[in-house]
Amino acid sequence: MSIIEVTNLTKYYGKARGIIDVTFNVDEGEIFGFIGPNGAGKSTTIRLLLSLIHPTSGSAKVFGQDVVAYGPQIRRDIGYLPSEVYYYEGMKVSDLLKYSASFYECDCMPRMHELSEIMELEMHRRISDLSYGNKKKVGIVQGLLHSPKLLFLDEPTAGLDPLMQRKFFDLIRQENTRGVTVFFSSHILGEVQRLCSRVGIIREGKIAEISDIKTLQQNNYKKVRVEAMGLTPTDFQLPGVTNLQVEDSTVHFFFKGDINSVVQKISGLQVSDVSIEEPTLEEIFMHYYE
Amino acid sequence: MSANIYLHELRARLKSVITWSLSVMLLVIFFLSIFPSFSEQAALMNEMLAKFPPQLLAAFGMGNINLADMLGYYGFLFIFIQLCLSIQASNYGFGLVSIEESELTADFLLSKPVSRWQVMNSKLLAALTSLGITDLVVWLVSLICILLVRGSHAYEPRILLLLFASIVLFQLFFLSIGLVISLLVRRVRSVTPYALGLGFGAYVLNAFSGMLGDVKLELVTPFRHFDPHYIVSHAAYDTPLVLINVAVSVVALVASYWLYIHRDIPAVS
Repeated sequence: MSIIEVTNLTKYYGKARGIIDVTFNVDEGEIFGFIGPNGAGKSTTIRLLLSLIHPTSGSAKVFGQDVVAYGPQIRRDIGYLPSEVYYYEGMKVSDLLKYSASFYECDCMPRMHELSEIMELEMHRRISDLSYGNKKKVGIVQGLLHSPKLLFLDEPTAGLDPLMQRKFFDLIRQENTRGVTVFFSSHILGEVQRLCSRVGIIREGKIAEISDIKTLQQNNYKKVRVEAMGLTPTDFQLPGVTNLQVEDSTVHFFFKGDINSVVQKISGLQVSDVSIEEPTLEEIFMHYYE
Repeated sequence: MSANIYLHELRARLKSVITWSLSVMLLVIFFLSIFPSFSEQAALMNEMLAKFPPQLLAAFGMGNINLADMLGYYGFLFIFIQLCLSIQASNYGFGLVSIEESELTADFLLSKPVSRWQVMNSKLLAALTSLGITDLVVWLVSLICILLVRGSHAYEPRILLLLFASIVLFQLFFLSIGLVISLLVRRVRSVTPYALGLGFGAYVLNAFSGMLGDVKLELVTPFRHFDPHYIVSHAAYDTPLVLINVAVSVVALVASYWLYIHRDIPAVS
């Protein structure tokens, strides 16, 4: 069952582009990575799904219900950690968390204390006295304390030290094994690679690619390096070759398609070294952004 | 309406309510405490006032008033109470939803399972409660002081009641106008200049309309809709103007709800 169904969703802010014709699904229990550089439309998509903003056209459903018509009901089971965390400055951490819990029909206190302990949160301090990283921890606890079924994480790790990042990822994995669906937006590929099963890549407001992270790495592109005397770029002008670079006697390129055509080409050359490998996600990603 | 939002809003505004209530209280006490000595020399005062150009007196809301009379004097003081209340109400109106946006807590609130309708209801009720607390203080302090200082001067309780009741609608006007403006502009960075502008603006508009005579500016300012001198001298409201006031407030409120429900909450940038 799809937890999130987004259909031709478009958002313009006046004339400025938000997202254009975005369509994707997120299934129950998966961790869906949403990658793209700043300004690509990641936050816009999340804000549309939370009905903080309204779509220009297209529609989105969460838990099978339209986000515009059933916003409040849907949000009962959503946890949201924004990229920038801002809370009522004058409040104490514990008061803010209690205020947050008061919106849900559960006894969230035990979970709240459990989470605060994991994240080493100092409950008695004022929000205004907290560092950015500590505010982020407050964000994590308030996003999880009501045991949501769907989590929106918008660049969640910014401001967290590596130790806390690891605790956070463990927490997200635990939630996921409980059956929680996670929508994970980020521009840091390493963390997406670590956590997600499927990714959507968004670029200038449009979806560039949606696939399994493994397919993205294995089946799509090969990174080919050929070292041979007297090579010219024209030797590898084959369909499917991109990013062709020549340095001295070495040629680098990405290849997508039937690898045999490259192998045949190479077999006709007097090569001194050849490597064909999986590109890192980083390289794939850069490739989408050229 | 959500009780938790309502209580949160009340708590957030507590300091402001106390400050405003105390200020208005001191204003009332100060002005009314000098009434006894003032009224003794009121004949002189009235004589002197008569020599001023009527336009100038009108500008300061002192045209055809009798300062020797208990309610005439209170009516004169009432303009300053109105000025304070107008700024307070405008302040709450402008800040009602814009503060959440400028301090970037709107994301927190609106990603909770509440509808915009509920948020607006709770916030409005909390603001009205806050204004109501200030009203209670104004009413009680005014009544007590009048009873203490009036001496042999008579006062008409019905007129006093009319004055007291008028501030509720008066505040509602500024609250709703402030609110609708805050939703029409892209982003309110700081509430205070807007609130001072609206409060003083409306006051000055009334003063000028007095000076300019014919120009119908007074139709848009609650300082004229609820002109205390009119209420004191006629022992009644200027009904058409009050109706205008209520109509404008209602339209502004309805528009505010519509704008807020359809609003795109600006992202952190």
